Amino acid sequence: MSATAELRSGAMTAPDAPPRPVLSVEGLTISVRAEGRERALVHDLSFTLAPGETIAIAGESGSGKSLTSLAIMGLLPPPALRVSAGAIRLDGEDLTRLPEGRMRAIRGNRIAMIFQEPMTSLNPVLSIGRQLSEAIRAHAPVSRAAARRRALEALQAVRISEPERRLDQFPHELSGGMRQRVMIAMALALRPDVLIADEPTTALDVTVQREVLDLLRDLQREMGTAIILITHDMGVVAEMAERVIVMKQGQVVETGPVAQIFDTPQQPYTRDLLAAVPRMGDGSGAPAPAAETDPVARLRDLCVRFDIRGGLLSRVTHRVHAVEGVSFDIRAGETFSLVGESGCGKSTIAKALTGLVPHQGSIEVAGHRLGGLSPREMKALRRDVQIVFQDPMAALDPRMRVGDLVGEPLLIHGIGTPETRRARVATLFERVGLDRDQLDRYPHEFSGGQRQRICIARALALQPKLIIADESVSALDVSVQARVLDLLAALKREFGIAYLFISHDMAVVENISDRVAVMFMGQMVEMGTRAQIFGNPQHPYTRRLMAAVPVPDPGFERPPLPRLAGEVPSPVHPLGEAPRRQILRDIGGGHLVAGADTEGR
Amino acid sequence: MTDVISAEAAPQPQGALRRLLQCKLALIGLALIVVVTAGAIFAPWIAPFAPEDQMFDGLTLEGAPMPPGDKFWLGTDLLGRDLFSRILFGARTSLVIGVVANGLALLIGTLIGVTAGYFRGWIGAVLMRFTDLMMAFPALLLAICLAAIFTPSLWIVAMVIALVNWVQTARVVYTETSALAEREFVAAERTLGAGTARILFRHILPHLVPMIIVWGTLGISTTVLLEATLSYLGVGVQPPTPSWGNIIFENQTYFQAAPWLVFIPGAAILALALAFNLVGDALRDVLDPTQRGRD
Repeated sequence: MSATAELRSGAMTAPDAPPRPVLSVEGLTISVRAEGRERALVHDLSFTLAPGETIAIAGESGSGKSLTSLAIMGLLPPPALRVSAGAIRLDGEDLTRLPEGRMRAIRGNRIAMIFQEPMTSLNPVLSIGRQLSEAIRAHAPVSRAAARRRALEALQAVRISEPERRLDQFPHELSGGMRQRVMIAMALALRPDVLIADEPTTALDVTVQREVLDLLRDLQREMGTAIILITHDMGVVAEMAERVIVMKQGQVVETGPVAQIFDTPQQPYTRDLLAAVPRMGDGSGAPAPAAETDPVARLRDLCVRFDIRGGLLSRVTHRVHAVEGVSFDIRAGETFSLVGESGCGKSTIAKALTGLVPHQGSIEVAGHRLGGLSPREMKALRRDVQIVFQDPMAALDPRMRVGDLVGEPLLIHGIGTPETRRARVATLFERVGLDRDQLDRYPHEFSGGQRQRICIARALALQPKLIIADESVSALDVSVQARVLDLLAALKREFGIAYLFISHDMAVVENISDRVAVMFMGQMVEMGTRAQIFGNPQHPYTRRLMAAVPVPDPGFERPPLPRLAGEVPSPVHPLGEAPRRQILRDIGGGHLVAGADTEGR
Repeated sequence: MTDVISAEAAPQPQGALRRLLQCKLALIGLALIVVVTAGAIFAPWIAPFAPEDQMFDGLTLEGAPMPPGDKFWLGTDLLGRDLFSRILFGARTSLVIGVVANGLALLIGTLIGVTAGYFRGWIGAVLMRFTDLMMAFPALLLAICLAAIFTPSLWIVAMVIALVNWVQTARVVYTETSALAEREFVAAERTLGAGTARILFRHILPHLVPMIIVWGTLGISTTVLLEATLSYLGVGVQPPTPSWGNIIFENQTYFQAAPWLVFIPGAAILALALAFNLVGDALRDVLDPTQRGRD
């Protein structure tokens, strides 16, 4: 009686009787052996995964979420890292005890994985078709032609444009989003039971992320694949997952259905994590300073073009129009944000402003025109504009002590004596929330957030009028990101610095900006105050960007996103041809919109 | 993850020299270098015989060289000269070649490589095409031509070797420098207003040091052997002045009958190269701040 009831409920997959799990992790502990002793990096992790379910493992860097995914795949790098306790069962079989040969048959076939960086996980010297069919032929005994047919079907399934042509293309010929689609096609070609997606959209633009997430959800519905989603982005978690495991430093903090985690989080860490997530609103909040002050930077009709040489005589045949006719002012003490997706030219503007790339048009900083300056004048001008880069590890010379790095601008500009410089560096260090005892350490001895504080301290050393923050918080964990943003805001109030804040993250931009400019293909498509842009977005591209941002609320009903038809336009033009200039019109209150069509709402 | 660990485990800053002296292998290398240098300097007092004296009792009755024994510690060569004395005096030549000629080659190579790699443009193109040309040209032929123009002497030979041997260094330094020049911290320095000299000396050269050390230690044996080749061809150090290289070349035909004549100077070259290699390796680790506290 009870057996038939169970059978029936199994067949009907009633929600109250969960189906047999496809994967179960029991008391998983991953240890590293260092300096002769074992240290657990992941502690006693247990969960089950039902067919067709999506479970998210969320946490910040160092939480052990990626190690967990590698352990399930049996890819922990030996000999330092190993599973020291617990079991990973796939249909009852313990994967941690399988020999490598058996594990290889499971990998890719029954458990597949997609990685964060689609460029590095595809082999650059093999065509897409070759890589796909090799993955298929590794597990299924089919002919080359049959494998190629299945590869084509897989590409069609991930809705890539022109799938036949893609088969013969190489990874570098595809955009980031297309590469990630290929990775998904490769992972799903053999219809695995479990798909592990390790930060699958972190390296992608927000509109592409939206499409890839939609695609994953659709494919899951069709194939019934169970997904383990590893991510730091609570917005992605809310959109994709049914259940959530929150991890911190190898320990499970909280698990539960997604609605419960977001609505009634039990643990303080979960609450802090959710509170730190920047959220989009309608652009209201503290009003922008209305006082019209003198601009610290004035850009007029800025163009940056890079030559592409080709042919026998290596003459210029094409030009990349990275920035095309951009004009704006940054006023003293305001935060002016540039948003847009990769390749829209926002970072190129930062480089032009700091004189790292040659430009056309005019840039004035603190009343001086850039270009045609003597090295001495250029050096003097550099005191007024400082830049904080995205990756603080790359921006700090790894062979210098951080105290010397922060003091270097003072040394370069010959300010003070060694003693006063040392004292100033210590003050700066404390101002950005670091300890003056750490001055003699090297950059690698700090965490990512601390390193970014070091970069900020270095930028502050010369008391500049303008600091360019080029994706300065994008690489940081959300909680760290929130604290660094607070620091930037406090410094602005204290020293009256203006920021040029460059970001792809609409939610962060909304939280920090006074005025915002949206860029697309090297041109500005919309500019206005925060309230104008976020409360009343006019240009279709702005709206598209905003609609694509994942919302950290599982109850949120997302309006369907229209798919872009055809190829993404390219900023590369043959010599003599220029892209069509967008014409900005004022629709009231300084809100500029390209090709402003006030009725077309 | 690693950040946290290393931040906790990082030791207090110490002098580079003190850390170098804590490394056993480096001490062995240093000791070897000291021994060889002392041997070279004090050769006239240590050596039991004059290096070019052909001794009557230095050969057997059949006229074959003497094997190592009581009177001739390392045996004698084909002309009845004491091998130990020749090795001691030969250390003078070989040290000058291995250290001075090799150092000079490194200096030229680094200068050209850094200049071409950092500035690129037409300067870089001209310098690197010249380097490629030198690479394609047989080094030995060039060395013979140069040595034939100048009267051969130890210092001339050292110059010639330096002028031939800088090419590989220049190539590697060029590649490394052009990669470094693209790194973001160099761009960051530029936005701070740092001048070319500061970027080159404070931010690029320190990163090249490990590579230059490796090339330098590899170059010691190469240059010592190149000197031997030149000596063999008659354009190197003139006989009867001994050098480790020409001892090998003079005696190599009798390798089977008197193996010590080739083996002992060969071991001396190997030991010198190894000593510099050990010290160089340790020096590289000691100078790299990211290696601190990771042993």
